[in-house]
Amino acid sequence: MLLIADIDKRFEGGLRIEASIRIPAGASTNILFGPSGAGKTTVLRCIAGLEKLDAGRIVFDGQDWTNVPPQKRSIGYLFQDYALFPHLRVSENIGYAAKRSPEIVKRVAAMLKVDDVLHRWPGELSGGQQQRVALARVLARKPRLLLLDEPLSALDAATRDHVRSELAELLRSIGIPAIVVTHDWVDALTLGDQMLLMSGGRVLQSGPPQEVLTRPQHREVATAVGVETVVTGHTRDRAGGIVVLEVGAAELVAADPGGDDAEFYVCIRGEDVTLEKGRAEQSSARNHLRGIVREIAPAGILTKVMINVGFELVALVTRQAAADLELRKGAEIFAVFKASAVHLIPKK
Amino acid sequence: MNWVALATTLKLAVTTSVILMIIALPLGYWVAFSRWRWKFLVEAVVALPIVLPPTVLGFYVLMAMGPRSPLGRFYETLAGHGLPFTFEGLVFASVLYSLPFAVQPVAAAFGSVERKYIEASWMLGVSNLETFFRVIIPQSWAGVLTGLVLSFAHTLGEFGVVLMVGGNIPGVTRTLSIDIYNQVESLNYSSAATTSAALLIISFVILSIVYGLNRKVWFFAADRRHRQAV
Repeated sequence: MLLIADIDKRFEGGLRIEASIRIPAGASTNILFGPSGAGKTTVLRCIAGLEKLDAGRIVFDGQDWTNVPPQKRSIGYLFQDYALFPHLRVSENIGYAAKRSPEIVKRVAAMLKVDDVLHRWPGELSGGQQQRVALARVLARKPRLLLLDEPLSALDAATRDHVRSELAELLRSIGIPAIVVTHDWVDALTLGDQMLLMSGGRVLQSGPPQEVLTRPQHREVATAVGVETVVTGHTRDRAGGIVVLEVGAAELVAADPGGDDAEFYVCIRGEDVTLEKGRAEQSSARNHLRGIVREIAPAGILTKVMINVGFELVALVTRQAAADLELRKGAEIFAVFKASAVHLIPKK
Repeated sequence: MNWVALATTLKLAVTTSVILMIIALPLGYWVAFSRWRWKFLVEAVVALPIVLPPTVLGFYVLMAMGPRSPLGRFYETLAGHGLPFTFEGLVFASVLYSLPFAVQPVAAAFGSVERKYIEASWMLGVSNLETFFRVIIPQSWAGVLTGLVLSFAHTLGEFGVVLMVGGNIPGVTRTLSIDIYNQVESLNYSSAATTSAALLIISFVILSIVYGLNRKVWFFAADRRHRQAV
């Protein structure tokens, strides 16, 4: 194991972080994902040595770091708003780490394409440039582990997409293992090889990001990864890899996850639900539920439609689609989704 | 105008403020960053000279420096003479008297340095001491300068403590404020007026420098932060 972090940290007011993290050897990018307040940043700060543990240990590559001061852990820490020293020029910021020669400053500056702004003050840089300078400053120290705290959250939406792919490329090319804190699933999918999902101070699930996001194993995980509909369902019938569930006053069909559980959390993503005016004659989708529109709300570029189909179901459709369907409160509508779009979490 | 008294006063003020800076930098750092639960008691002690009558402070300093106190005896074996009614004794008293004026602005400036910069320095492998000189001091020099200038100005104007501890020895412990008192006592009003005016002007100029500098520094800091946020 490259990193073993057993973290137990209590805060005044009862909040407790109890997280166990294992990162295998190799230069992988590990996403620490979860809603705000889940304790992601605290975990990062504990690994960095900026917070003291109440109990537990931090072991990196066989070295016990638990009581080692932050200066002596070879960690590159990227702060959420980059924390560039305002009283130092860009070149001095990059060369800040002890005994860095001008050659190293030049090299990392060239690598991160900030060699044309070396004489500027941090306040004169754009958000994207600030992030690259902060990364250059971190890399000039030659860290063995990178900790990035919400590396994209300080950027506006337009810059974000561009910087995200740059960061993904950089992380792949430098060959340094990294832990990246984010609450954005696009970041998780773009940057991550592995993903650890945190909620309420604990790590609930880990695995490849795609898998964690589409196959949550806990109800909290489903909520944390942004599955809009999470409801309880009872098994009515199961045969041929298909399970029929009773959910509220409705019945729906899902792929059978196996096992002999009778009660499940039924997870349906809003973008997997299609809305239709009348019932289609023939369709490959197994679920056609008649419902009444309860609420319509904008959700970014999409429209979020809440429908009562015997339970509360959320659908995400484009604005144009919402207009074409003449959606309004109280209207009758059919919600259509495939059996494979229904993810089941056994309720224990 | 008593030039000898002016020279004594300036010498006292310079010595005191230099010593105070040496004390205020570590003490201000401790006040700003210590998490000791009884820290407030130390803060209260540091602030005492602001509210205590100078005579009370002078009295205790006199007792502490006297031949019956361990400090007084220690100094006497070291220097061959006692502390009271000497320039050194006056410096000792002035340092105590102006302590809050040096420590408070310095501690406030250190405390307003954002924690992320200190932590960023640590994460770049830089020690606490080096972080102090490379991050904290450069970002709080307005506060350090204010502490330095305020303790200088406050020492210029002290009267009660000087009278209690220093006596009134021309060329050694007679400062401008004591000189003014003497001249008024002997009904020498025109000389007192000249000296008073000199002290008033010096003090005003010094305070103008403090406020002017702080304003300029604040302006730059705010401007830079603003640009960083945009």
